[in-house]
Amino acid sequence: MSRRWLVGLIALLLVVSLYPAGASGQGGVKLTFWSWRVEDKWAYDRMIRVFQQKNPGITVEFVPFKQTEYNTILSSALTAGKGPDIIHLRAYGGLETFTAPGFIAALDFETVPELKTFSRTILEGARGRKDGKIYGVPFASQTLVLYYNKKIFAQHNLAVPKTWDEFLGLMKTLKDKGVLPLANGGKDGWTLEVLSGVIAPNFYGGTAFFDAVTRGQTSFKDPTYTGALARLLELRPYMHPNFMGVDYATMQQLFISEQAAMFIGGSWEIGFFRAQNRNLDFDIFAAPPLRAGQTPWVSSFNDGNYGINAKTPSMEAALKFIRFTATREFGQMFTDLLAQNSAVPGVVIKDPVLKRVQELNRKATPYIMLVGFRWQAPTGSTLLQSALQAMMAGTKTPEQVGEEVTRGLSVWFDPFRGR
Amino acid sequence: MSGSTPSAGGRPRQYLGTRTGRRLWLVFFLAPATVLFAVFITYPILSALAFSVYGWEGIGRRGFIGLHNFVRLFATYPYSGLLVNAFWHNVVVFVVTMLLQNVVALGLALLLARGPWGTRGYRVIFFLPVTLSLIIVGFLWALFLNPIFGIVNKLLISAGLSALARPWLGDPQTALLTLTLINAWRWLGFPTIVFLAGINAVPDEYVEAARIDGASEWAVTRHVIFPLLAPAVTIIVLLTFIGSFNWFELPYVVQGVSGGPNRSTDVLSLFFYRMAFGEVDTGLQDIGIGSAIAVLMFILLVTVSAVAAVFLRRREVELA
Repeated sequence: MSRRWLVGLIALLLVVSLYPAGASGQGGVKLTFWSWRVEDKWAYDRMIRVFQQKNPGITVEFVPFKQTEYNTILSSALTAGKGPDIIHLRAYGGLETFTAPGFIAALDFETVPELKTFSRTILEGARGRKDGKIYGVPFASQTLVLYYNKKIFAQHNLAVPKTWDEFLGLMKTLKDKGVLPLANGGKDGWTLEVLSGVIAPNFYGGTAFFDAVTRGQTSFKDPTYTGALARLLELRPYMHPNFMGVDYATMQQLFISEQAAMFIGGSWEIGFFRAQNRNLDFDIFAAPPLRAGQTPWVSSFNDGNYGINAKTPSMEAALKFIRFTATREFGQMFTDLLAQNSAVPGVVIKDPVLKRVQELNRKATPYIMLVGFRWQAPTGSTLLQSALQAMMAGTKTPEQVGEEVTRGLSVWFDPFRGR
Repeated sequence: MSGSTPSAGGRPRQYLGTRTGRRLWLVFFLAPATVLFAVFITYPILSALAFSVYGWEGIGRRGFIGLHNFVRLFATYPYSGLLVNAFWHNVVVFVVTMLLQNVVALGLALLLARGPWGTRGYRVIFFLPVTLSLIIVGFLWALFLNPIFGIVNKLLISAGLSALARPWLGDPQTALLTLTLINAWRWLGFPTIVFLAGINAVPDEYVEAARIDGASEWAVTRHVIFPLLAPAVTIIVLLTFIGSFNWFELPYVVQGVSGGPNRSTDVLSLFFYRMAFGEVDTGLQDIGIGSAIAVLMFILLVTVSAVAAVFLRRREVELA
């Protein structure tokens, strides 16, 4: 009798302990979520808590890695058949690295209906180039802009310039008064690519040129493009005399410590600038066009996506989480907490600077190399960054830059072959 | 207890005296190092060799393609140009390091060997940077050479030499030389100590005999000390060669993975790293080409080191 009781008790305990995982099918699932956003962990933890309250039985653990090591860690895990359930992925070519070998689960409008409302341009950054399928939910869009210090502008009675010539004149005034007009430097090649992303579109004609060059109807040797690059040289007198040695961190410091009046960079800086100097009174504007009255172009791009590991054992729960990241609720939290432009449509922006970014985005053109030419090595960005350093240092002409980039891309971009 | 110890210990000693026993002990002591070497050196080299003959799509391995990666590396733009550019920079680093670092080290060693006042102190001072981590050295010098906040340009300007103040690490014309000099500053103490030990090992009788024969200071150095210093020179030349062609940490820490500005500080290992692992955010990886570079570097280092070792050894003079 007592033995039967004991057996019964053990059986009952077993059933009870197995219940959450076995019986309900979706309860008791634990998802891991890998990311490179170490500094945003607090925000993700808060957003995940909201998800967990709505989806009892699913827990999500956010595990960030150092940005510079993330790709290597993720690559090794995925090739070994492991890795997290939810994956923070880059966009465009950086996404293709993982989708082409089949590591990421494809999504569509049926599995994630929320995606239907996303802008097509943003969704382009979530598609595989090979098959055109969507592999993730875009999380943010970034825009390239000009930051300016409002206090310095007011001290010298300066207003936001409306034309390119006004812009050059304004910088001359600042320089004559002993203020460093531009914080930008050339030691980190990618900051020069950003510089070209801000200045050049107005001169090469924005999306029309982008479409033509990505379709192979023209190349980067096109005088429209090299002429636009030549405009960057007009900025050199207004950068620090030793700007070629100025790296990204120094650029940021110059603007944050109010030693430079302007900073050409991306919308991702807003939160950082605020955090570093609460008294910094800054705003943004788009690079001024050649003639007054023209609406300026801004370069923008999909910053990255949330995707699902094709080999996850908890596909159902992972899909639930992925759908959550595509809701307006998530987008709103994302924007409010991180001061970034969520990719989810309909999010209300409270930050005044970010609001202006949204306004400028009405005439946005794809950030040319990132969106169009990062699909295979050597990427357009790698080629352009290095060549721009030579151009800014005075050892190459804009025409040589265009020639070098076109020739390098012809390795994998067939339309450029023989051009 | 104490009485039984000798007999108890006697048996294994006897056993160990046999050949098999000795071999077992050798295997026992060599095994850990061999296993570590196999896992962390041999296996990666062999897998790089294997990777270099496969096609790659992102991080996914595709079919066998023979030597195609090598053909791409040598014959296609921009890889061929980048390879030559990086290799040439390694050569420059080797030559400049030999000329500046090692010649200065030899001079310092000769001075220190005479035992001037404070010899011990100087020895410590010269050797101190060698003990610093390369990461720290790179970070410190990047700060010193910062064109705006850095101390180097500030000193130049306050000394009235503002014409000389420049973006040392940002100018394609000065960046590589600046990096090589930082490297020499960091390593100077090492060849100095090796040369000093070599000079101190020269028996006093030789020097005295030469002096009695009326040899000048220079003649003693040239005809007595230099020939006997050859083994130290062999070691330093080989280490400088390997160090220059494997050069990675300092350019990586100071200039980043792209070997900027405009590839002016690109060296083979940076080029390899970029191809195998990609440039952060902006460049995609091409594991096939990356592995091909690794294989080339390995072949280059092994062959040249072996040939140089044989060649340099031949010139060494044995102490009678």
